[in-house]
Amino acid sequence: MKNNNHRKILICSFILCFAFLFLNTNNVLAIDAKRNISQNGLTVLHSEKHSLPIVMVTLLVRGGQINEPEELAGLANLTAELLTEGTKSRKSADISEEVEFIGASLDASAGSDYITITLSVLKKDINKGFELFSDVLLNPTFPQDEIDRKKDLIKGSLKQREEEPSYLAERAFKKEVFGEYPYGRIIEGSVETIDNIKRDYLVKFYHDNFLPNNSILSVVGDLTSDELNTLIEKYLGEWKQTDLPLKIVKEFDGVNMKSIVKIERDLTQANIVIGNLGIRRENPDYYAVSVMNYILGGGGFSSRLMQSIRDEMGLAYDVNSAFAAYKEQGSFQIDVQTKNESASTVINEILEQIKRIRNEEVSDDELSEAKSYLTGSFPRRLDTNRKISNFLAAVEFYNLGLDYAEKYPDYINSVTKEDVLKVARKYLDPEKYVLVIVANQKKADIQGLDSQ
Amino acid sequence: MGYIKIFFFLVFLIMPFSIHAAEVKEYILENGLKILIIEEHKAPVATFQVWYRVGSRDEPASKSGLSHLLEHMMFKGTPKYGSKVFSRIIQKNGGIDNAYTTKDYTVYFELFSSDRINLSIDLEADRMQNLMIESKETISERSVVMEERRMRYEDDPQNSLFEEVVAASFMVCPYRRPVIGWMSGIRSIERDDLYKYYKTYYSPDNAVIVIVGDVNADEIIEDVKNSFGNIPQGPQRENIVCMEPEQMGERRVILKREAELPYILISYHAPGFPDEDSYSLDVLSLVLSGGKSARLYKSLVYEKKIALGASASYSGFNKDHYLFFFSATASPGADIKSVEDSLYTEIEKIKKELPSKREIQKAKNQIESSFIMEQDSIYVQAMNYGVFEMIGGWRLLDRYLEGIRKVTPEDVTRVAKKYLTEKNRTVGILIPEKIQIQNEK
Repeated sequence: MKNNNHRKILICSFILCFAFLFLNTNNVLAIDAKRNISQNGLTVLHSEKHSLPIVMVTLLVRGGQINEPEELAGLANLTAELLTEGTKSRKSADISEEVEFIGASLDASAGSDYITITLSVLKKDINKGFELFSDVLLNPTFPQDEIDRKKDLIKGSLKQREEEPSYLAERAFKKEVFGEYPYGRIIEGSVETIDNIKRDYLVKFYHDNFLPNNSILSVVGDLTSDELNTLIEKYLGEWKQTDLPLKIVKEFDGVNMKSIVKIERDLTQANIVIGNLGIRRENPDYYAVSVMNYILGGGGFSSRLMQSIRDEMGLAYDVNSAFAAYKEQGSFQIDVQTKNESASTVINEILEQIKRIRNEEVSDDELSEAKSYLTGSFPRRLDTNRKISNFLAAVEFYNLGLDYAEKYPDYINSVTKEDVLKVARKYLDPEKYVLVIVANQKKADIQGLDSQ
Repeated sequence: MGYIKIFFFLVFLIMPFSIHAAEVKEYILENGLKILIIEEHKAPVATFQVWYRVGSRDEPASKSGLSHLLEHMMFKGTPKYGSKVFSRIIQKNGGIDNAYTTKDYTVYFELFSSDRINLSIDLEADRMQNLMIESKETISERSVVMEERRMRYEDDPQNSLFEEVVAASFMVCPYRRPVIGWMSGIRSIERDDLYKYYKTYYSPDNAVIVIVGDVNADEIIEDVKNSFGNIPQGPQRENIVCMEPEQMGERRVILKREAELPYILISYHAPGFPDEDSYSLDVLSLVLSGGKSARLYKSLVYEKKIALGASASYSGFNKDHYLFFFSATASPGADIKSVEDSLYTEIEKIKKELPSKREIQKAKNQIESSFIMEQDSIYVQAMNYGVFEMIGGWRLLDRYLEGIRKVTPEDVTRVAKKYLTEKNRTVGILIPEKIQIQNEK
């Protein structure tokens, strides 16, 4: 709300990577989910929760930005957005009217590696909700006028977002770090690539990816197994599996040279992003990286960057670091905003902190605090049906195993100071990095960091 | 679209009525501290929240931002725990903590595994009475808040327009000042201002504690009594009354600055809850903009294609009368004048023709369903009780629900005619300009 000024941004850097990483060792949290593979190849995850008369559904379809050709960037996003804009029996307006009339929500969105369709509905309306959900999943028609309308809206919102300095910085950063690789583009694509997307490509992307044997259905809430099976049979019974087309995922060939990008805007603050390539989600260093990042800049007010740049120097409202770990690659980045005149001071302090965590072991206290937070905050990560539903789908997608929640504390607790030092040296680099600064460049006056 | 985000938060606050009535246990200690406890055992987590009845409305006009800066200083330490360790203690116990300031109140909260909740009791009781406010820390934190202001307002054109429109809407009422404060206000706040404000407003008789989660009320209340029971009451406080003179004609604000697309924000003075009209205003806002099937999206975005987004937003949960807002971002190439006219067309339409019964029912279903879904989160549940407590008492939750259920199509048209008038409106328009920065090199 406009009039609520939060003192600090929640510790979002971990959430950014995965919202489900944490388990409490003392309060072992039983998620109690069942896993089945339906006859048509659909993976079904189900957890019964009867405390509220609601049902949360997440359908995850493998396929996203990672599968897009460069000239069609935005294809996955546009496909997802059009699912709710017309089916064989419903026009766009019918869908929103019916969903909103029962106070439900039904949304589809694309990400780097996958597309999700989510339904939130009251138990009493579950049949209607599932019917609408299956209709947009199985029968979308991609009407040409809706495609045109949606393209205009997306292009317009891309233009509007150029007002946001953080968006400009983020867009430039991704491009520098990932180069031509799909993760280097924003999910909506660009004005040019959106115009390249013809209806046929949307239909093909849909048919290639929206297959039961390529999808995970996760359902959490006031619903028994029998009730769920009946719904699946009735509404998804017609969903037929076929052989998955071979997906070509581009090999990442790396661009990791130092580069500095300056973007000129009439701003009072410099928006700064510093970082480099990170790790894939399945990299075994993931847990040591989580601990290291918490200490450096992921741990909110406990992090070194926050203590130094905000608490001691008073130069920023927020500064944080994060590893975004995708299926095929990942990035590491530090974000900060400070008045133009302080930009150099803040950048130098960040580079000093990177050097420090690469040169010396972290303290015993820092290590144990990081572990306590990472393991102890898990119950909060799974304290609503919506969160559990998304968690189950993601655990399945990344092959973490349904016992992931139980194993996670061990993964974290086994990290040593040597591991932290090792991953800091391996994945952080105070010499070769990408620096993006959106600012009034004259006032910011970055010097001594020039490229190459 | 900065303003849209805010709207969603408003919707959170619109929902708080009790269908699956949770059992609320209420306690009042001798020193005036009120405690609400709701046992919710579905997950091993709990939230502890302290609500102080002080916000930007209580500030001296020249020190805007005082409440918010004090909120920041509340994390700076006490003699018992030392400087800047509050959040660190919470985090190493697996919790998170935060705080926020509004026009009417200031809230501090922690979220934990429920077995750590006593830590909140200890820490919150300590900083209710023993906060150290040091001059050096004040100077540093003032700079932090100035950075926050730059980030949220100075460098965000739509949010800047919001500040301008609210300031123009109110001439007298303290709601005219932004919660974060004007830059000059923030800059002028000294250590002694903060300390005096703290001593005046932070006391048990001016606070409410809300606990929701996997706790045992009978046990936890004893711990709360032990830690908070001996804190003395505060001094007499002035009750700020807002008497805004009736607006007698349209006011217009134009903002020209670097931006990409024109944006319009219109405000109308409107009463708040529990005014009888507030229920109908809530339903009106949803008929106009409760999703893609509602009127504004359908007309401006879908059919006319002149706006990227268009919304109406209203929240009656303020201590005094506040505002009913309309906002829209123009599509590239669209004229902001036609966007403005189209908003008025929709407003005039609902004043002339009754909305359909189905539209009214849809709005009510949306309110009811969101309310039930929100109970999935103990944090939002606690927030809802806290908000009602701040504006008159948590028992009003039920009255709110009843009020919504009674709204008829005639009511919606009646309040539209009564409040959405030309005389009563303030119109803000953002006009993008391309700024050429003169750099030497």
